[in-house]
Amino acid sequence: MNAKKKRRLAFAAALLAASAAVAGVIIYGLGQNTMYFRSPSDVAGNMIHPGVAFRLGGLVQQGSLHHGQGAEVRFKVTDGKSSVQADFSGVLPALFREGQGVVATGAMDAAGTFVATEVLAKHDEKYMPPEVVDALKRSGRWQEGNP
Amino acid sequence: MIGELGQLALCFALALSLVMAVSGLMGARAHASAARKVATSSTLGFLVFVVLSFGTLTYAFVVSDFSIIDVASNSHTLKPLVYKISGVWGNHEGSMLLWVLVLALYAGLVAVLQRGGERLTSAALGVQGLLAFAFLLFILFTSNPFLRLDPAPFEGAGLKPLLQDPGLAMHPPMLYAGYVGLSASFSYAAAAMMVGEEGWARAARPFMLIAWIALTSGIALGSWWAYYELGWGGFWAWDPVENASLMPWLIATALLHSALATEKSGAFRTWTLLLAIAGFSMSLIGTFLVRSGVLSSVHAFASDPTRGFFIMMLIALAIGGALALFAWRAPKLQGGAAFASVSRESALLLNNVFLVASCACVFVGTLYPLVLDALNRTKISVGPPYYVLTFAPIFFALLLLVPFGPKLGWKRGDLKTAWRSLVPALGLAAIAAVAVLAIASPRSLAATGAFAVAGWLIGASILDIRKRRGARASAFAAALAHAGLGISLMGVTGTTVWRSESLTVVAPGQKMTVGPYALRFDGVTREKGPNYIADRGHFALMDGDKVKAMLQPEHRFYPAEGEDMNDTAIHTTGWRDLYLALGDDRGGGRFAIRAYVSPLAPLIWLGGLVMALGGILSLWGRLRVKEPEKAPAAPAVALAAE
Repeated sequence: MNAKKKRRLAFAAALLAASAAVAGVIIYGLGQNTMYFRSPSDVAGNMIHPGVAFRLGGLVQQGSLHHGQGAEVRFKVTDGKSSVQADFSGVLPALFREGQGVVATGAMDAAGTFVATEVLAKHDEKYMPPEVVDALKRSGRWQEGNP
Repeated sequence: MIGELGQLALCFALALSLVMAVSGLMGARAHASAARKVATSSTLGFLVFVVLSFGTLTYAFVVSDFSIIDVASNSHTLKPLVYKISGVWGNHEGSMLLWVLVLALYAGLVAVLQRGGERLTSAALGVQGLLAFAFLLFILFTSNPFLRLDPAPFEGAGLKPLLQDPGLAMHPPMLYAGYVGLSASFSYAAAAMMVGEEGWARAARPFMLIAWIALTSGIALGSWWAYYELGWGGFWAWDPVENASLMPWLIATALLHSALATEKSGAFRTWTLLLAIAGFSMSLIGTFLVRSGVLSSVHAFASDPTRGFFIMMLIALAIGGALALFAWRAPKLQGGAAFASVSRESALLLNNVFLVASCACVFVGTLYPLVLDALNRTKISVGPPYYVLTFAPIFFALLLLVPFGPKLGWKRGDLKTAWRSLVPALGLAAIAAVAVLAIASPRSLAATGAFAVAGWLIGASILDIRKRRGARASAFAAALAHAGLGISLMGVTGTTVWRSESLTVVAPGQKMTVGPYALRFDGVTREKGPNYIADRGHFALMDGDKVKAMLQPEHRFYPAEGEDMNDTAIHTTGWRDLYLALGDDRGGGRFAIRAYVSPLAPLIWLGGLVMALGGILSLWGRLRVKEPEKAPAAPAVALAAE
C-alpha cells in the first residue's frame, strides 16, 4: 500500500513538473512572439522603434499605389486620419485594390517607411479584417453596413 | 413549398431529438427496456427527418430557388453543379445543418450497431439527443436556412470564389465527420459514467477511429487546398481556424492511444473518460471559433453576436455538464490497473502527456489574442514563430519516442530488448541524416535532425511490418500511422528548409530560371470559364530546347461575386513541386509572377494519407472481425491485435 502511495506521489510530482515546464515554454513563447496591431494613426501618434515587427491595418489610399521596376510596390495605408508609406517586394494578393482593406505585417525602417514582409487583403465588407474595421472605427470613418 | 417542407422536417427532428434525449437517458436504468426501444426508434426517425431537411436545402440550391434567403445570398444559376451542392455548406446556416446531419448519422450508427450493450447504447443516444436538441434550437432560432425572401431576386449573389474548388467542396464534410464524430466518444463516455459500464472504450472505439480518420484527412485536405489555392506556397499558417482543427486532432490522437490501454489492460480509466470529454470540447470550441465570427477568415461567414453567445452557452453547458458528471461519478468507477514503469502503458502515458502538452500550446496561442482583445481591446497576433518555439519541440520529442511504444509489452516491458530490436531503425535514421548532409544545400542542422527522426520512425514501422508478416490487415495499422508521421515530417522539413522563392516581372518571350527549372513566358490569354473570366498565363517548362510541360496559372475574375482569385499551376515530379502564381498586370503584356520550388512538398499530404490508411485498417479489423469480449491476456497476442 505504501509503495503504491509513493508511486502515486512520484507520478503526481512528475506530472506537476511537466505542466510547469509546458507553462514556462508557453509563457516564454508568447513573450517573444506577439505582434501588436496598429492603425496608421497609432503609427503617426507614437514613435515606433524601427525594426519592431507589428501589423498595420487600414485602407489602401486612392492613387497611392506605385509599381517599381521589378516586384517592388509602394502604397499608402490610411485610416482616413493619417496615412503611412509602405514598401513591399513581392506579388500582391489578388484582392489587393486601392480603397480596399489591407493588413500588412512588417516593421518601420529608420526613414519612417513601413517595410512589409507580408500583405493580406480582403475586399468585401463581409470579410473585412476586424482590425481594419477597428482602425476605421477609431478614426470615425466607419459606417455600419457601408464601409 | 419546398422550403417549408425542410423547415417542418427540422421541427420534427427537434421534437424527436427531445424524445431521444428523455427516453435514452431513462433507458440507462436496468429495467427500462421499453424506453430503450423508444430511444432507438426515435433516433432513426430523427435521422430520417434531418436527412429530409438537408436534402430539401440541397434541392433548393440545385434548382436555384432564390426565394430562400440562404440560397439567394450564396448561390448563382451559372455556378457548376458541384459548387451548387457544396454551396449548401459554404455558408453559416447550411454548414450548421450539415453539422447536425453528421451528428444524426453518428447517432443512427450508434443505434444500429448497439455496441457495448443496451443500457450503454441507450444512455449514449440520450446524450446525443441532448446535443442534437441544443444544436437544432441554435439553427431554428439564430441560423434558419429556410427563411424566405419576398420578392425573390432574379439572380443569386454567388459563392465566394475561394470556396469554388473541388478540395474545398469536400473539406467541410470531412472535417465535420471528424469534429462531430468525437461527439460519439463523448456520449459513450458520459453514458459509461451514468451506467457504470467499464467496456465503453471498446464500444466507442470504431467511432473514435472514424472521427480520427476523418479529422486526419480533413486537415490534410485543408492544408493541400491552402497550398495550391492561396498562391503563397505555404501549407500551414497557424491560422486560428487551422488550429481549431488541429486541437481536436491532437486530443483525438491521445484518446485513441489512451483508450487502447484502457481496453487492453484496464489502465487510465478515468483519464480516458476525461480525454473523451476534452476531445469533443475541442470540437465545440473549434466550431465556436470558426462559426461565431470572432475570427476573420475564409471560414468566418458572418459576425453575429447572438450566434456567438448561443454557441458559447452550448459549450459551457456541454463541457460543464460532462465535467460535473465526471466529478460526481468518476471516483465511484474502478481505479486504473497497475503497470510497471517500463511498459506499453507508460509509453502510452508519455504519448498522452506530449500530445496534451502540444495541444495546450496551440490552445493558448489561439485563444490568448482573443481573450486579450475581449479584456482590454489590445489587438495582438501570435505568429508562426510562437508555434515553432513551443509546439514544435514538444511534438518532435514525441516523435522520438514513438517507435518504443509498440515494442514494449503490456503491464511490463523490457527496454533493452526494445532497443536491440530497434537497431536497424537507428541505422536508417543515420543513413537519412548522412544523406541529407551530403545531398542537400543549404546544410541545416534542424533538417538533418528531422530527417534522422523521420528515418527512425519509418525504419521502426518497417521492422514492425516485417515482424507481423501474415497477420491480419489491422495488425499493420499502428505501423502505417507512425510511418505516415515520418513521411509528413520529411515533407514539412523539405518545404520549410529548402523552398526557394522568386518574384519577377516577365515580358512575353522572356526566359526565366527558378531553381533548377528553365521557363519561357509565352504571354497571357483571356479565357472564359463557366462563371468567371481568366487571364491565363502560358509558361513553357524547358528541357534544353524542347518544351517539357506547359504551366498555366490563372488570375480569375468572378463577375457575379465581383471578386478576383488566383489559380496556381503546379508541376510535380512527386519529389519536388514547381509552383507558379500569376500576379498583377504591369502593362505592355508584362506580368508579375511568383514562383516557388518546394522540395518534397507532396510528401506532406502523402504522409497524411498513409496515416488515415492506418486508421482505416484498424477500423476494418474492428468492424469485420468479431473479437472476443475479453481482452487477450498474453502480451504477444495483444500486440498482434492492434
